[in-house]
Amino acid sequence: MNLFVYFIVFVLLSIGAYWYGRRYSLGLVSRDRRRLHSLPQYYGYYVALWSVVPAFLMLLLWLFLDQDLIVHLVSAGLPESIKSLSPDELGLYLNDVVNLAKGNITSSEGDAIMQQAAAHYRHLLQISHMALGIAVTGSVVAGAAFSLHRIRPDFRSRPRVERMVKWLLVLSSSIAILTTVGIVLSVLFEAIRFFKIIPLTDFLFGLQWSPQMAIREDQVGASGAFGVVPLFAGTLLIALIAMLVAVPVGLMSAIYLVEFSGSRMRAWAKPLLEILAGIPTVVYGFFAALVVAPVLRSAGESVGLQVSSESALAAGLVMGIMIIPFVSSLSDDVINAVPQAMRDGSYALGATRAETIYRVIVPAALPGIVGGVLLAVSRAIGETMIVVMAAGLTANLTVNPLDSVTTITVQIVTLLVGDQEFDSPKTLAAFALGLVLFIATLLLNVLALHVVRKYREEYE
Amino acid sequence: MSKLQKAAIKRRDIREAVEQSLRARKRRSWRFRLVGLVAVLTGLLLLAIMFTSIASKGYSAFERTEVLLDIDLEEAVIDPEKTRSEEVLMRADYTGLIKTSLRKLFPQVKKRKQKRALYRLVSTGAGDQLRDRVLQDPSIIGSRVSVWLIADDDLDQYYKHGDSQSRLKDYQLQWVAQLNADQRLRTAFNSTFFTAGDSREPELAGIRGALTGSFFVILITLGLSLPLGVSAAIYLEEFAPRNRWTDLIEVNINNLAAVPSIVFGLLGLAVFINFMGLPRSAPLVGGLVLTLMTLPTIIIASRAALKSVPPSIREAALGMGASKTQMVFQHVLPLAMPGMLTGTIIGMAQALGETAPLLMIGMVAFIADVPTGPLDSATVLPVQIYLWADSPERAFMERTSAAILVLLAFLVLMNLLAIWLRRKFERRW
Amino acid sequence: MTEATIPDASERDEQTVGKPQLEKKVSMSCRNVDVFYGEKQAIFDVSLDIGKHEVLAMIGPSGCGKSTFLRCLNRMNDTIDICRVLGSLRLDDEDIYDPKMDVELLRARVGMVFQKPNPFPKSIYENVAYGARIHGLTRDKTELDEIVENSLARAGLWEEVKDRLDDVGTGLSGGQQQRLCIARAIAINPEVILMDEPCSALDPIATATVEELIDELRQRYTIVIVTHSMQQAARVSQRTAYFHMGKLIEVDKTDRIFTNPGHELTEAYITGRFG
Repeated sequence: MNLFVYFIVFVLLSIGAYWYGRRYSLGLVSRDRRRLHSLPQYYGYYVALWSVVPAFLMLLLWLFLDQDLIVHLVSAGLPESIKSLSPDELGLYLNDVVNLAKGNITSSEGDAIMQQAAAHYRHLLQISHMALGIAVTGSVVAGAAFSLHRIRPDFRSRPRVERMVKWLLVLSSSIAILTTVGIVLSVLFEAIRFFKIIPLTDFLFGLQWSPQMAIREDQVGASGAFGVVPLFAGTLLIALIAMLVAVPVGLMSAIYLVEFSGSRMRAWAKPLLEILAGIPTVVYGFFAALVVAPVLRSAGESVGLQVSSESALAAGLVMGIMIIPFVSSLSDDVINAVPQAMRDGSYALGATRAETIYRVIVPAALPGIVGGVLLAVSRAIGETMIVVMAAGLTANLTVNPLDSVTTITVQIVTLLVGDQEFDSPKTLAAFALGLVLFIATLLLNVLALHVVRKYREEYE
Repeated sequence: MSKLQKAAIKRRDIREAVEQSLRARKRRSWRFRLVGLVAVLTGLLLLAIMFTSIASKGYSAFERTEVLLDIDLEEAVIDPEKTRSEEVLMRADYTGLIKTSLRKLFPQVKKRKQKRALYRLVSTGAGDQLRDRVLQDPSIIGSRVSVWLIADDDLDQYYKHGDSQSRLKDYQLQWVAQLNADQRLRTAFNSTFFTAGDSREPELAGIRGALTGSFFVILITLGLSLPLGVSAAIYLEEFAPRNRWTDLIEVNINNLAAVPSIVFGLLGLAVFINFMGLPRSAPLVGGLVLTLMTLPTIIIASRAALKSVPPSIREAALGMGASKTQMVFQHVLPLAMPGMLTGTIIGMAQALGETAPLLMIGMVAFIADVPTGPLDSATVLPVQIYLWADSPERAFMERTSAAILVLLAFLVLMNLLAIWLRRKFERRW
Repeated sequence: MTEATIPDASERDEQTVGKPQLEKKVSMSCRNVDVFYGEKQAIFDVSLDIGKHEVLAMIGPSGCGKSTFLRCLNRMNDTIDICRVLGSLRLDDEDIYDPKMDVELLRARVGMVFQKPNPFPKSIYENVAYGARIHGLTRDKTELDEIVENSLARAGLWEEVKDRLDDVGTGLSGGQQQRLCIARAIAINPEVILMDEPCSALDPIATATVEELIDELRQRYTIVIVTHSMQQAARVSQRTAYFHMGKLIEVDKTDRIFTNPGHELTEAYITGRFG
């Protein structure tokens, strides 16, 4: 499957169809444009859309379905002895058949039955490719013929093209919904499978997290423990440290830049601070793990404190730096939105700048600031790379920032990176954690957006 | 009323009270201002610390240490049958030649263990370097050539940064001193860093594979998210009726913009890889995931750009008898395009720096080859940084920093482009 | 209306017509005041006295500089970076642009009420108590209660709000909000109150209430009011100043200005030939 070739073919096809449709419509009226209902290019668009769009949709559908369909057909043709295998084993067997057919390395030696099945698979795949070619070509021809057939001088092509374009626009805007549905379904399904193995209450209230499943039954900790409380504690601890850095620095710099500094300092300091927001999180992670953590460790040693090299403090501090511009630009917005009349009213009574700020402006902007901080907390909870690189893997239930803790995101990454079998509770646990993370951040976001919007309405 | 009028505070008292408290109040105001200034400076200082610490760690990776060796390209070793066929030349034992040359240079080294330590001063990739030299010009076979060969990372680190934490043994250090005295050591531009894929050997590792991977991922992301984002924005801003469905879409977009990126990775793993059966580690899947992730950014920016086109333009177009679609596509869209492109570039910069969701879809494997298409296994620059940051070798730390510098350079370029676009096409209506 | 009927400002005498200077009981005196916004001059050489316990109305077409001039009197223009004020402005013989003058103290002595009511998003009580709190006038709760009650009473608002002092000030009606702002200003008992078109955002009934209040307040305060309504100037003020393109054209007793203006520009304005 060569995507770029398909893409180019479709582009060329649509240009050709456009050109032909345009010429055809002009031919109908012997090149007298005034006798056409719409401009000639609309007839071109009409033909192009009809020939390419259905064919393209068909191609996509085919590409997503043919694999499953063929495998289904192959398995139907297998002897009874294999069909009676358990679903898991059958899946593995079919996997091997597919790999064999594609010439990949297989996990088991292919016997005659498997060889036969692989040949069957190859055969079906060939048929499928041929059928696809025929179907797509047919669809292009049919679409072109249908649309050309409908073209008459009085054919209202512009409204029709516009309606089709509008539907394409509707389709694009629904992707946002599809994405959300996709997220919910993908994490929900796997999470439900997980909760069938590990009860929900054990998950939510368990104090022990050690997802290492034993390979052999007799190993210690064979069952694994999936209590999410230590992960919550770790996540919140790091987020709290981050907020302790980001909120004072971010808020105060926003206040300074809006209320005190001249426009010239604002003009260069604000974009410079916002650079912090554009730095990739992996860079912060590197900074936390290889610069901040060693410094903290040696600083701790010099005053006789035991600082873990994967301390919550290092990750939290650096995450705080990352969130500074987020807090400051959101606060900047809400402080700017406080009407000048409030400031004038306070100054006219003889208040100093500072008094005006903390007695009038900050209270007036408070809902907006709170909303911004909530969004920042959601950011901190969902942040992954910094904690993956700088925080630990072991789930300690502690509030000591010098200790190593782990977070929800770290565990998702650890559980899913590397070799994985898709049905083990270990892998499924990652999706359960993803569900928790999604719900937590969603609630925070909805709340924050609501608060911020309420606040904006108040001053508009 | 008259009783109350008497209760008013005398002006003289007020004046006294104000004058008394004013000094303290002004000091408090000044202190408050100072705290604000300190906050701004703290932010800027942290930025500066980050940049300097990374730049100071990373700049040295753009240079590599090379060792000058005189090598006898013995025909008996390289091409005993004098075929000069490429296949034979490819397979010859160039590493052996280098070892011979080293032995000649240090005849005092006799023990096997020490000999191995001696060979380790030169990179395992030096043989390939020599091979390429011979393949380029087979006529040099049989002669003695002086070649600058890539040094091993331990020697490289020692030569560039001195002996603190060096992994070289004392006897190795003596040899290095001798090489240095003979002027057989130099630093040169590290071209490997830009032309090679990943490697287990730091001195042979480069970012080309990751850059190519990033290129494919960004290409796919751009190709999908720009048209989709712009169309969605046009629909929502220009056509959508105000109803529940549009409200739902709006709320959705705002929420998606704040969903943690790793959740998009889970989506990609479950939907694109497990459900649709697309290959793991492929830039195609990475591009799809990042498309979904950057769409909200682009839609929001594009809507803002559409909003900033004044209604008078729309009214003028409609007044001339244009249909709504013509009005949007022929008049509003061209005016909003610079704003949309600016938003798109910012979205692409975000995508270029994104790591977490790509870990989920398996773009984290060790891949030495440079990918040739969007379906090959690949990694991207930020993931490469993550992988190298995990490696214990000191030389990898240097390369991690250097890779970060390259990534930041790209991001700066993209942001400058966005700023330039904004300046150039900024209009005040 | 033809061009010829509107006299050109540049043709007038440089001297302000009427009686810009008073012999006695002067609260604020301004001499040769020029105001610049960057390069642009907004006020040209204005000299004017404001007498104690009088209501001085400032009228003129929009953009004539009357609000700018008003904001010089308590240095509210300081908040605008590019604004420069030249000349002498004195309050009880103290130069208000003296570097040693505390702008906070000045504003405590010269209060201000704005065009749009701007109560703080706090309770009614806290709005009125704001000045007393920031200036540290009292630490005593009952004393503060007294100040609040007293100020609200003098602003004619006490009876309407005494049962809901803890409600948010922004929840009041427009006229009530403006009276709340007046109460807030008089709570620290200033000498002068500047009012910048205080009724332009109010309905006629609320306007009448505020106008009555202004008349009462005159007993204790000097009031300078900028207004775009000549009727209002006639109703509430004792003296009226007419501004035109940054220049003070004429200032005199209000009845004289409206019955027998001394300058043709003033006459043109009050007879409605431009505005």
